[in-house]
Amino acid sequence: MSAADVLELSAAQAADAIAAGSLAADELFDAYRSRAAADRAAGEDGLNCFTWVAAETPVAERLDGAPAPLGGVPLAVKDLFCTEGVPSQSASRILEGYEPPYTASVVRRLQDAGASLLAKTNQDEFAMGSSNENSAFGVVRNPWDRERVPGGSSGGSAAAVAAGLAPWALGTDTGGSIRQPAALCGIVGMKPTYGSVSRYGMIAFASSLDQAGPLTRDVRDAALLLSHMVGHDPCDATSLSFPHAIELPSAERLDGVRLGVPEELTGEGIEAGVLDAFRAALAQAEQLGAQISEVRLAHAPHALSAYYVIAPAEASSNLARFDGVRYGLRADDADDLLDMYTRTRHDGFGAEVKRRIMLGTYALSSGYYDAYYGRAQRVRTKIAEDFRSAFEHVDLIVTPTSPTVAFKLGEKTADPLAMYLNDFCTVPMSLAGLPAISIPCGLAAGLPVGLQIAGPAFSENRVLDAAYALEQSLGFDGTAARV
Amino acid sequence: MSEPLRTPPQPPAGGSLKDDRFEPVIGLEIHVQLATATKMFCGCELSFGEPPNTRTCPVCLGLPGSLPVANARAVHLGLMIGLALGCELAPRSIFHRKNYFYPDLPKGYQISQYDEPLCRGGRLGEVRIHRVHLEEDAAKLIHVGASGRIHGSDASIVDFNRGGTPLAEIVTEPDVRSAEQASEWLKLLRSTLRQLGVSDVNMEEGSLRCDANISLRPAGSTELGVKTELKNMNSFRFIERGIRAEIARQQQILDEGGHVVQETLHFDPGSGVITSLRSKEEAHDYRYFPEPDLLPVAIDQQMIDAARADMTELPAERAERLQRELALTADSAQLLAFRGELGDYFEAALAAAVAFSQDGEPAPPPQTLANWVSGELAGRLDDGVEPVEARVTPQALAQLVALVSSKRVSVGAARQVLDKLIVDGGDPRAIIEAEGLAAMDDSDELAAIVAAALDANADAAARVREGNAKAIGPIVGHVMRETKGRADGTEVARLVHEQLGV
Repeated sequence: MSAADVLELSAAQAADAIAAGSLAADELFDAYRSRAAADRAAGEDGLNCFTWVAAETPVAERLDGAPAPLGGVPLAVKDLFCTEGVPSQSASRILEGYEPPYTASVVRRLQDAGASLLAKTNQDEFAMGSSNENSAFGVVRNPWDRERVPGGSSGGSAAAVAAGLAPWALGTDTGGSIRQPAALCGIVGMKPTYGSVSRYGMIAFASSLDQAGPLTRDVRDAALLLSHMVGHDPCDATSLSFPHAIELPSAERLDGVRLGVPEELTGEGIEAGVLDAFRAALAQAEQLGAQISEVRLAHAPHALSAYYVIAPAEASSNLARFDGVRYGLRADDADDLLDMYTRTRHDGFGAEVKRRIMLGTYALSSGYYDAYYGRAQRVRTKIAEDFRSAFEHVDLIVTPTSPTVAFKLGEKTADPLAMYLNDFCTVPMSLAGLPAISIPCGLAAGLPVGLQIAGPAFSENRVLDAAYALEQSLGFDGTAARV
Repeated sequence: MSEPLRTPPQPPAGGSLKDDRFEPVIGLEIHVQLATATKMFCGCELSFGEPPNTRTCPVCLGLPGSLPVANARAVHLGLMIGLALGCELAPRSIFHRKNYFYPDLPKGYQISQYDEPLCRGGRLGEVRIHRVHLEEDAAKLIHVGASGRIHGSDASIVDFNRGGTPLAEIVTEPDVRSAEQASEWLKLLRSTLRQLGVSDVNMEEGSLRCDANISLRPAGSTELGVKTELKNMNSFRFIERGIRAEIARQQQILDEGGHVVQETLHFDPGSGVITSLRSKEEAHDYRYFPEPDLLPVAIDQQMIDAARADMTELPAERAERLQRELALTADSAQLLAFRGELGDYFEAALAAAVAFSQDGEPAPPPQTLANWVSGELAGRLDDGVEPVEARVTPQALAQLVALVSSKRVSVGAARQVLDKLIVDGGDPRAIIEAEGLAAMDDSDELAAIVAAALDANADAAARVREGNAKAIGPIVGHVMRETKGRADGTEVARLVHEQLGV
């Protein structure tokens, strides 16, 4: 197989080819490794997808001897996953040079299934951002238009998969950090049910929301990767045993599937081009036999406010450990302990991270807790109840993934609130802990538009089946983004 | 930070500790290290003096990405404490994060419990329990430099071996009224915890630490005064002295018409000086919020049954049993029960006596044995030395007391034997033999010695004859000197009276 042919294969196809003996695992790894290394070397002149790329291709025996079912297919992993002996700094200066002594459970699980670590991907610092402009490693560019953002925070993972620099990638989603960049880069990204994938070894942003998930070229790849990610981990008290196996999707029709469209997330604030593509996808779904109806998510418009209290509150505590005492950056020549803390954190954290630490610290302070954190948690409960009620009437809920297509680099950096609105459609599912996928459903002004499909907890198979049927029928072509 | 901001006025030298005008109101907070195999939220084994930072992992070092998992055994031990103290066990309790920056706290927060603790309410003795909750211990800071203290040290280094050790924090209601009562009650608590087997309760090694909240109020008032918190005292003596000093300090402030300021204090047992750690204004805002990395602790009947099944007899129950089964006096039974180590020693000695009584050797009455354990033995041990650490075995003591009971050795001689047993151990009969301390069974010999004593103390003899009973002292003393204490005091007195014809 020629190098170009190899790159045309989806990850699942590549795994099959390796298993069938028609493709050598080291050949596949090498093809991706040289492309990723070139992008890494180009820095911001390239797409700047990676923070680290494997220096060499693992020897053929090891790859060929790798256990099925992932058969040695290379995997790009978001920087915030701890990987033993490999830099893992959540794209922050404060963890400069930090190499963890252990590997995140989900990465270990995938390696045990045969995945091979290709690269670490660029991201927003500590997963805080929707444009990948908040990284100590510099901005990531969108392969559809290099003057535009790839979305965030898993921007490096999304851009790398879209551009064909990695067959697939791991990301994390706290309020939309897998789904939104997948939408803006024209690929598939899925956030599973909260608790289904271990968080052990993920450098935390907001513990009650963070979930790892796949960013892939197509829905089948997403299902394959996810099927090897889920499962209880004794090291994560919030992880659960997934109640059944994740199946590779095969549905061609949507007969009898009830799709709910919440007016709260499909009206004001959504770009016209995005709404057009969304409606066209709904029409396609109807063609496939789906029943479309409106549903109410009455509290969804408050989700963003609740999210921007809860997530920063947890972050302000999660990021307290970065104090210069044990690892990472430490300010030199401090006068005393407090001065060392202050200067280390002043120098080590970027502006957005500092903003969220301050927001969160304030929200948790004595006298404000009930008004902010307590109230946000009550809103969160209401939103979860809204979803429960809605799912009594429909099987799945569909919305645009992002209110806009990819925007220009620098366009929203001066306006944090405008930036936060990117998460408008994805945050409700995060707060409710529900599975949701984004698939590309068309183009607006030449840029990809994402369709979000969400279901009840542990309905991943249903979500994947619907996404697969629509994907096959929509026939979105993402090859324009390949570099 | 433990910088002394100012030194409050010191208690006046020899100042009166009792003052009827004010009543001290004291509540205690006790941190108990739980005797689990592993730490509270990770799989590291607990450390007992291992080289620094050898009992650590990503979790207890707070490495990025690591997550806590609650130790089920610690919850079990916490439930045992709750049951022993008569607490209400919460069907659902939650862990909170207590946020503050300090180098001994690697995550920047301590995982503790806040408004939904494991246990609420309860009582031990005369003191009501407010709550019992679980949390993790901090790491140990070591200040490098000549002073060994934080001030003037060149550097501070951290040993994370202790970090993450499971703690139960027991908080009392403000029911304690004096320093002495605090120290006595803590001894009862320590006995109870030791008896439960939930902790080493070793104060020197820090497995039991105590804070005291202290305020004064006018006698007869039911309102609480402004309190101060005396931190981290780790011996009964320091607790008693610290509380006494703080009561005196507050009393002096009130006497001078001043106001006690709410603050956190440190008592230096070396100098007796109380220093302020921080004032109310400087108190941390800990920004407590529910720990999102942990699930609520859900307690079911099975867990409660398991905790109950592991409970041993508690001191109060033991006192009742000793009284009922062995007919010990209430004081004796309570002393042996509340000082569990003495009780254990007593019961071991009693068992030994029962064993040798089956070989025909008469066993001493339990009350006599109890008196020897709690009086003679306990009185001879240095403060802090446990009876099991002494060289005298329970069996040896039981034999000695049996010999006293059967009048084969006098009380005085037996005391000399016990002195030797405590230092060297060994067999009491061998010591009696070697030292010639056996009771005199030749009454003619004793009668002769008594006669000689009457001659040598003619004045005393005359006074006894005149009816002054107390005058017998010098005569008996003479006999005891002559017999090296081997004579039986009662027999000596009988002979004195017989020979004097009174």
